[in-house]
Amino acid sequence: MSASVEGKGWNVLDSQDRVRFEQLVLPHLDAAFNLSRWLLRGRSDAEDVAQEAMLRAFRFFNGFHGGDARAWLLQIVRNTCYTWLEKNRSVDLTVEFDEDLHPQAAVTPETLAIAGDNRERLMRALEELPARFREVLVLRELEGCSYKEIAAITSVPIGTVMSALARARQRLQRVLTQESEQKKQEARREL
Amino acid sequence: MSCELVKTVLHGYLDGELDAAGAADFERHLISCPDCVAALEAHESLRSSLLRADLYERAPATLRQTVRARLGTSGHPSVISMRNPAPWRWLAMAATFLLAVFLGWRLLPIVRGNRGETALASAIVDAHLRSLQPGHLEDVQSTDQHTVKPWFDGKLDFAPPVHDFVSEGFPLQGGRLDVVHGRTVAVLVYARRKHLVNVFVWPTTEPDSQPLSGSQLGYQWIDWRKAGMEMCAVSDVTPDDLAELQHLLMQ
Repeated sequence: MSASVEGKGWNVLDSQDRVRFEQLVLPHLDAAFNLSRWLLRGRSDAEDVAQEAMLRAFRFFNGFHGGDARAWLLQIVRNTCYTWLEKNRSVDLTVEFDEDLHPQAAVTPETLAIAGDNRERLMRALEELPARFREVLVLRELEGCSYKEIAAITSVPIGTVMSALARARQRLQRVLTQESEQKKQEARREL
Repeated sequence: MSCELVKTVLHGYLDGELDAAGAADFERHLISCPDCVAALEAHESLRSSLLRADLYERAPATLRQTVRARLGTSGHPSVISMRNPAPWRWLAMAATFLLAVFLGWRLLPIVRGNRGETALASAIVDAHLRSLQPGHLEDVQSTDQHTVKPWFDGKLDFAPPVHDFVSEGFPLQGGRLDVVHGRTVAVLVYARRKHLVNVFVWPTTEPDSQPLSGSQLGYQWIDWRKAGMEMCAVSDVTPDDLAELQHLLMQ
């Protein structure tokens, strides 16, 4: 189906492939943008990188042989984001969270509910997570991906997805509850 | 948190990723593990916070436009868009145009001229939405048509036809009175699987009509007149389901 014109075949799609791309991949532009936005922690960088990722996906579309188009696209988006981060903000990738340095506050549904009801705070807490944890949470909780899809997108075994999600969720809870504890203490001091 | 499952299986359970046997095992474990119960509760609370916060960010319109524009001309425009100008597109555009012209010609006089269906439909969709508020659905709650029908007696100046279609998959749920465009109407409530259908009924002096359907705010409606009654069914079921109920009510 694909028009493999000699020498430049990899980036040439015939009109049928183009239609298939529009039908299968383009509808996931929101997903591409959302993942980029959370990985890069900013909308304007995300716009550039998501755009680049879509163009790459378009060029590599000959290599897509059916299956889950969203997962296929998001894998490209993720790689594009990491490449961008390495080039522009490598510090984002080196900060790994050391769980032992952060004593764990008691997490109760109540404190969590107080903390979680603030959209701004949730957003900041999510952005504070290391990229590897942030991406599994975004894929699972915002994008609704299955473990299988997350494994495909992030190139890890399914078992690792479960433990990464476990650590990411614990970490997010901790950030939220610590913040609300801090707020409480500040409020007490002011009284 | 001392239970190790908090760091693994609990999440598979939370995400619905365990097989049936694994989920059952974990549920048995929950009975005797307060750690896991507390953690599960905390994680569920976190998840609903995330949902409520609505953090998903959709692609801005500018990105959509740029991507479309660049895909149209990226790399080798001659190959992608000009040498092979996707004839289906022109056909689709022409077809859309013809359809629009046809629909405009065919439907406008009916909708706008004769009966003002659009205004009526939006009044009825509003009434449907109102009815979905807690406690607003039924004044008389019964699956028995012989209870619902007499309930309307004396409350209306007409007798709405009341039938239960439980064997056809539309069990009667009850009835109520509502006001649409200033007049009191009867409403019959039917269930379709987990969805509800409101059927508004009022007398009319206009001649019988073929069913006319449409959708507003994601709800389907279908309206028709027969034997001096006008009926309008509205619901979030599929158009096919709604048409099926319409057939039953028409008989």
